[in-house]
Amino acid sequence: MRFDRLWRGRLLRSAGALTVMAGLMLGAPLVEAKTFRMAFQGNLNTLDPYTINETFTHAMNGSYYEGLTRRGPDLTIIPGLAERWELVEPTRWRFHLRKNVKFHGGEAFTADDVLFSAERIRQPNSDLKARIPADAQFVKVDDFTVDVVLKTPNPILIADWDTFYVMSKAWTEKNNASEVVSAKATTPGFTTLNANGTGPFSVVSHQPGVKTVLKANPGWWNAAKKDYNIDEVVFTPIANDATRVAALLSGEVDWADPIPPQDQERVNSSPTTSMLAGPETRTIYLGMDQMRDKLVPPAEVPGDKNPFKDVRVRKAMFLAIDEDAIASRIMRGLARPSALMIDPNLVDKYGKDFVRPKSDPAQSEKLFDEAGYPRVGGAQGTRFTVGLDCPNDRYVNDAAICQAVIGMLARVGVKVVPIIQPRAQYFAKILAGGGYNSNFYLLGWTPGTNDSHNVLTQIVGCRDEKGSGGRGVANVAGYCNPKIEELAQKVLVETNTDVRAGLVRDAWKLLVDDWGYIPLHQQALAWGISKKVKMAQRPDNIVMLYHVQLAD
Amino acid sequence: MIAFLLRRIGQGLLVMVAVGMMAFALFRFVGDPVNQLVGPDASEEDRERIRVEIGLKDPVALQFSRYIWRAAHLDFGFSYQFKQPVTKLIAERLPATMELAFVAVSIALVLGVLLGVYTGLHRDSFLSNVFLTVSLIGISLPTFLIGILLIFLFAVQLKVMPSFGRGQVVDLGFWTTGFLTASGRSALVLPAITLGLFQMTLTMRLVRSEMLEIMRLDFIKFARARGLKNRAIHFGHAFKNTLIPVITVTGLQFGTTIAFAIITETVFQWPGMGNLFLRAVQTVDIPIMACYLMMIGFLFVLINFIVDILYFVVDPRLRHVTKVAL
Repeated sequence: MRFDRLWRGRLLRSAGALTVMAGLMLGAPLVEAKTFRMAFQGNLNTLDPYTINETFTHAMNGSYYEGLTRRGPDLTIIPGLAERWELVEPTRWRFHLRKNVKFHGGEAFTADDVLFSAERIRQPNSDLKARIPADAQFVKVDDFTVDVVLKTPNPILIADWDTFYVMSKAWTEKNNASEVVSAKATTPGFTTLNANGTGPFSVVSHQPGVKTVLKANPGWWNAAKKDYNIDEVVFTPIANDATRVAALLSGEVDWADPIPPQDQERVNSSPTTSMLAGPETRTIYLGMDQMRDKLVPPAEVPGDKNPFKDVRVRKAMFLAIDEDAIASRIMRGLARPSALMIDPNLVDKYGKDFVRPKSDPAQSEKLFDEAGYPRVGGAQGTRFTVGLDCPNDRYVNDAAICQAVIGMLARVGVKVVPIIQPRAQYFAKILAGGGYNSNFYLLGWTPGTNDSHNVLTQIVGCRDEKGSGGRGVANVAGYCNPKIEELAQKVLVETNTDVRAGLVRDAWKLLVDDWGYIPLHQQALAWGISKKVKMAQRPDNIVMLYHVQLAD
Repeated sequence: MIAFLLRRIGQGLLVMVAVGMMAFALFRFVGDPVNQLVGPDASEEDRERIRVEIGLKDPVALQFSRYIWRAAHLDFGFSYQFKQPVTKLIAERLPATMELAFVAVSIALVLGVLLGVYTGLHRDSFLSNVFLTVSLIGISLPTFLIGILLIFLFAVQLKVMPSFGRGQVVDLGFWTTGFLTASGRSALVLPAITLGLFQMTLTMRLVRSEMLEIMRLDFIKFARARGLKNRAIHFGHAFKNTLIPVITVTGLQFGTTIAFAIITETVFQWPGMGNLFLRAVQTVDIPIMACYLMMIGFLFVLINFIVDILYFVVDPRLRHVTKVAL
């Protein structure tokens, strides 16, 4: 009797447990939304797509806003809000817009929105003015056709239009937000905290510096062919490296960027996480002041000359630096030495033809001697002294690279004074605002257009002291070669791709032969992801939330 | 009493003006804010225009008086990075920091006083030695290391505590609180321990040494001679007399706890004011830095003021002395 009761009790209890378990197993996937949790070192400071030209902001904004074009996981340009486009004549582009597209707020997408956005992005406060040539005219042909009329042909007009996001005219005007929220805003702009795009996600809440929540947009025009299965995205900025890594390892976030090199092994060896470390299109390089007749302090050069004006000295500097050692030791293999000032994959046809010369200290010393900078005071003497400006929180291992460079140059008799600072002070000193106050500096550059022309004008192009049109604005070295200048002009207007590729190659060849800059490497991306996540990684470091698959 | 208070208020105002000058000096001397406002490829013309528009070209005296006038109206300008009013940003972050500091100080006070009394009464017991040795860790290890160790032990290895953030918070309109949800409460544990550990150790050692001191005094001997129970002597007589230094130190430490929550908040990505401040330093967001400086200055002035009043309440001798002095 007792036995019987006991049994019955047990049976009942296990039956109950089974029911609960079954309920959990069946019910859970239906109830629980798939949430993709991200942690990035920086903040998402604004939702206004024209306020700041910065990669992570573009990536996040690109999940709720869309441009006329998009770029696929391999950076190829694919149709976005424009179904297709054609060149009616060399100076007239015609865009056929997608029909039946709705903004998150329900407004229908038409040509008026494109015209409105093209006007808004070119306002003085916009940081993305350069997306569209100032003299380009947008003409509405009908509700779903827009012509862009140019003064001169421009084959790369749409190269960076994947981040020229289209806003709703009706919504923006209704909220009195037609003015771009400028970076120096003195009134809180509506568009800083609110977004209304056509994209695969919409913004649920945005607390800058704390948390941003997005949800999938079921009405997305491309929903039938969507490549993501997440319902919700939660983004938290985590500034501290150790905390960010811990959050990934403990499974509290599914994506973390960046993972510092020393923690990558750990992330890879964990059973739940792994690294995604493809090459980035950012090129890290060294520049030498070739503009001034006398270098600024702390430089000390015999005869007060500027040694960098001599091509032999530039070549000697280049050959003294052992980039292979930097790539393997300091970057722990997470960098690809580069012969060019641009990722070779972004150079049509001839990118792979350029080979980075091997380091050769002996020849370097010979060149310094020939140029008239012998070691002063015996075989261990110093040839001249220069200061090296370097950030310590901007690029992967930036300060460590600079320290290595200092040691390598010491071997060949060049004394380098390190000036290593946080990025805020660093940029303030070396860029236009600080009067390009540097002898020798380390900088990184990602061409926004993914095209050589951007680098050839902004870094290699002669510095225009008025800085108009952005020409040479980041050319801290003041390098100037009229022949390259001439080629860059042709590159801009040449529409035949083969001819253009040849012109680009010639321009790079001139720079390489002139030893104008010392390109070091393209650093690797450093995303840490949960093993539940499958996602594409784009070399320009844009996170594509609409290519994220999350397993249960 | 009133004259005493007025004098204190006057001194406080003086301190605030001095802090205001320092906050203002930030605008003039820390980096070039224009670089933070525009991307690296903005032209020099644009930069110059922005400099004029945000008033960086006006005379210094004009800029300063304008700054103080606005600060008095709680208008600290707009954050360079967030394009939001600084006052609003700070107000949003205030609850997070206050809750964290409150829990940290509570833990520190309760545990610190209990352990302090225990180790003071049983000075040579084994347990006392254990407490004292362990508490050395609280003083000697830097906060960020304790935080990271706790994260790696409880979040990464044991997976019982969240490693960052505030968990689910409930918005009460004027205040966001993490006390009302399970995830919010568990998110508080590690940061509060990290933040409170130093102060707990301090309180404990302070109470202990005061207890040791007071137990030696004559009135304790007389109390014993009167045949009072141990408990009455320990808590009624001895402990009460340890409170004066504890109040002073705790009061000042509460300010320090809020001001130095910066490190703990960064390690745990706690969305509080300290975190906001550190990010502001990194990005040269001067309006936030200046406002934070003024606020912490005000907080210390306020706490000092309150501590002064508390002396009056707790210590009758002080009441008497000031009456004579004034």
